[in-house]
Amino acid sequence: MGEAPADDLAVVLAIDGPHGPVIHAANRVARLAGAAEGGRIVDMRALRPDLQVHYADPGGEAALLERLVFWARRWCPWTAADGPRGLILDTTGSDHLFGGEAALLAEMEAQLSLLGFCARLALAPTRGAAWGLARHGRVRAICGAGALADSLAPLPVAALRLEAETLLLLHRLGLKRIGALAGLPRPSLSRRFVGARPEANPLIRLDQALGRLAEPLSCPGETPRLRSLARLSEPTVDPTHFLPALCRELCDRLDAAGQGCRRLRVTVFRTDGETSGVTVALAAPSRDAEHLRRLFDGKLERIDPGFGFDLIALEALAVEPLSPSQARLGGGADKTRAPAQRTDTLPALVQTGDTLSALAQTIDRLSARFGARAITRPVLQASNIPERAEAQVSALAAAPVHAARPDLDRPIRLMTAPEEIRALYALPDGPPAQFVWRRRKLQVLRHAGPERIAPEWWRDRSGARSRDYFKVEVETGQRFWIYREGLHADGRGGDPRWFLHGIFA
Amino acid sequence: MPVVSLTRSQADPRRGPGGDVPGTLSEAFTVESVDGGVVGFVASQLADDARPVLWVQDRLSIMETGAPYLPGMGAPFLRAALSRPDEVLAAMEEGLRCVGLAAVVGEIWGAPPALDFTATRRLAMRAEARGVACWLIRRAAVPDASAARNRWRVASLPSAPHPDDPAAPGDPRWRVELFRSRFAPPGVWMARHDRAANRVDFAAAFPDGVLAEEARTDGRGAGR
Repeated sequence: MGEAPADDLAVVLAIDGPHGPVIHAANRVARLAGAAEGGRIVDMRALRPDLQVHYADPGGEAALLERLVFWARRWCPWTAADGPRGLILDTTGSDHLFGGEAALLAEMEAQLSLLGFCARLALAPTRGAAWGLARHGRVRAICGAGALADSLAPLPVAALRLEAETLLLLHRLGLKRIGALAGLPRPSLSRRFVGARPEANPLIRLDQALGRLAEPLSCPGETPRLRSLARLSEPTVDPTHFLPALCRELCDRLDAAGQGCRRLRVTVFRTDGETSGVTVALAAPSRDAEHLRRLFDGKLERIDPGFGFDLIALEALAVEPLSPSQARLGGGADKTRAPAQRTDTLPALVQTGDTLSALAQTIDRLSARFGARAITRPVLQASNIPERAEAQVSALAAAPVHAARPDLDRPIRLMTAPEEIRALYALPDGPPAQFVWRRRKLQVLRHAGPERIAPEWWRDRSGARSRDYFKVEVETGQRFWIYREGLHADGRGGDPRWFLHGIFA
Repeated sequence: MPVVSLTRSQADPRRGPGGDVPGTLSEAFTVESVDGGVVGFVASQLADDARPVLWVQDRLSIMETGAPYLPGMGAPFLRAALSRPDEVLAAMEEGLRCVGLAAVVGEIWGAPPALDFTATRRLAMRAEARGVACWLIRRAAVPDASAARNRWRVASLPSAPHPDDPAAPGDPRWRVELFRSRFAPPGVWMARHDRAANRVDFAAAFPDGVLAEEARTDGRGAGR
């Protein structure tokens, strides 16, 4: 963007061609003077000596278009880039929000012109028809499904998204309008262009434009399943006050659809053509407006408001079926019940619906505030190595269940990393008599062990040593879990080393 | 010797010496800062419930004393490993709002400024409003102004004799002191955790004068 040139100056953007700079884009005055894309700059200078030439920035243009793709979601949830200079919007079902199709196109043109863009818009049932109408049709052309063939017929064949060589061929054949092309018998056209790529095959392009052939296109980013919008009359920089109403509206829609959302995003559409947003995730599907709102507590500061935004969207990116709300006897509805099938993900924490849902909400809030990795649930693993006998999984995730071994005496605390100690013991493999831990000398009064735990040869590196675990009680009454790593002359290193690994109750 | 038995599944823990009302804030201090006894005592006082316990720790507690270890704890719990004491307090408050949790346990190292009377009062009010038990394990700290309804001091004692092996430590024993309580008179007990029955037996620490002297020297030895 930047400063737009004056309307009465002929301005072109240039890129380097094989024989000197060529025209990349031209403004209206330059186009009227004869500038065409791909033409030589020197030729154009001869025609218009006052021509202003700037070098184009194709990378910047592509990045800008990519941002515009997301910014255009203010009108509809499905948008994609179309080539280097186009946007496709699937406005199905969105136009009535703006008062009809014509009003929607006028609104788009107004908003884009506020950003400093000239836009040519068209609305058609197929991508191909919209492409052609936007570039070669009337201003803000609108074409219904029934009038598709009639609207396309007067357009030049260049409106079919064909490459230059094919266009040249069609011109030589005397086919100048789409109507003339469509009037030809299909077998002769298909025979003439057999095996050609879509951009070189007029028949395929014609079928795509007329909706006889599907043309799938993927939409970048996540498309929201449900969303609610807040349009502001003045740009603002703080979305906090609009969030409760948005949450209520979204939850009403989720309720009507029988869905609960698992991932939620707040997006603000800035006045400078950018979007910014934050996403939160939920442990279990929910459509409780108050709960959803509180997930954003303290996160809205991460939104970069720029110079203000005039549209806020709350989007449910991922939804899951949630049984319809049950009216309580006392009135009101219980909107937070979790579906029965989710209880299987909590093998160790068998819950009824209400407590599970309350737990899921608490975990959501804690994860939203402190990060998902801070809140975990330990589960037992099938391993004898103490640090591998327990794994941390995310709090509500499903995890395979391994049976506990109540016959083993295990400490109540485990150090995050074993701490090395200096121990006095009877050679070669006697129990410890005293040890120094954190610069304190501790006398061992009683001990149980050793319990030898061999390394897991299928996981450990080759030099791993076995461990002899002792439960020791020192003179102050504290009980520790210490181990000797390795044995004398086991051929895996020098003298055994001692570590403190856990604390007993 | 009068012995009060207290199982974890008892519906009314008021019968215990601490008069633990379910759903209030209790503080447990340590004598030795790195002592597993206080963890064992707090874990034994939590009600036996299908709902999980939320166990919140700050970074220093994790570094100094490690993390709760599921094979040794036995009961399932949710773990929150946070960095600062004020985060621990915020997470505990959040947990106390939830009816899906059986109890909330927080561990805070030292006496950070965030843990003042107001913070403990917030926890106590919230715990009592929802009826969720809340424990605060305080290590390397002296008892200062606090709104905790019960304040305990726990130290490990030499364990009970092992039934099979005289050289091995048996059931853990702790010197448990209730030095401030809203619900029960203060007292000192020798608690023995019967791990087979999952039960804590509280015996009076001072049955008579002679033993009291011994216990006092014991306690001093353990307490230092």
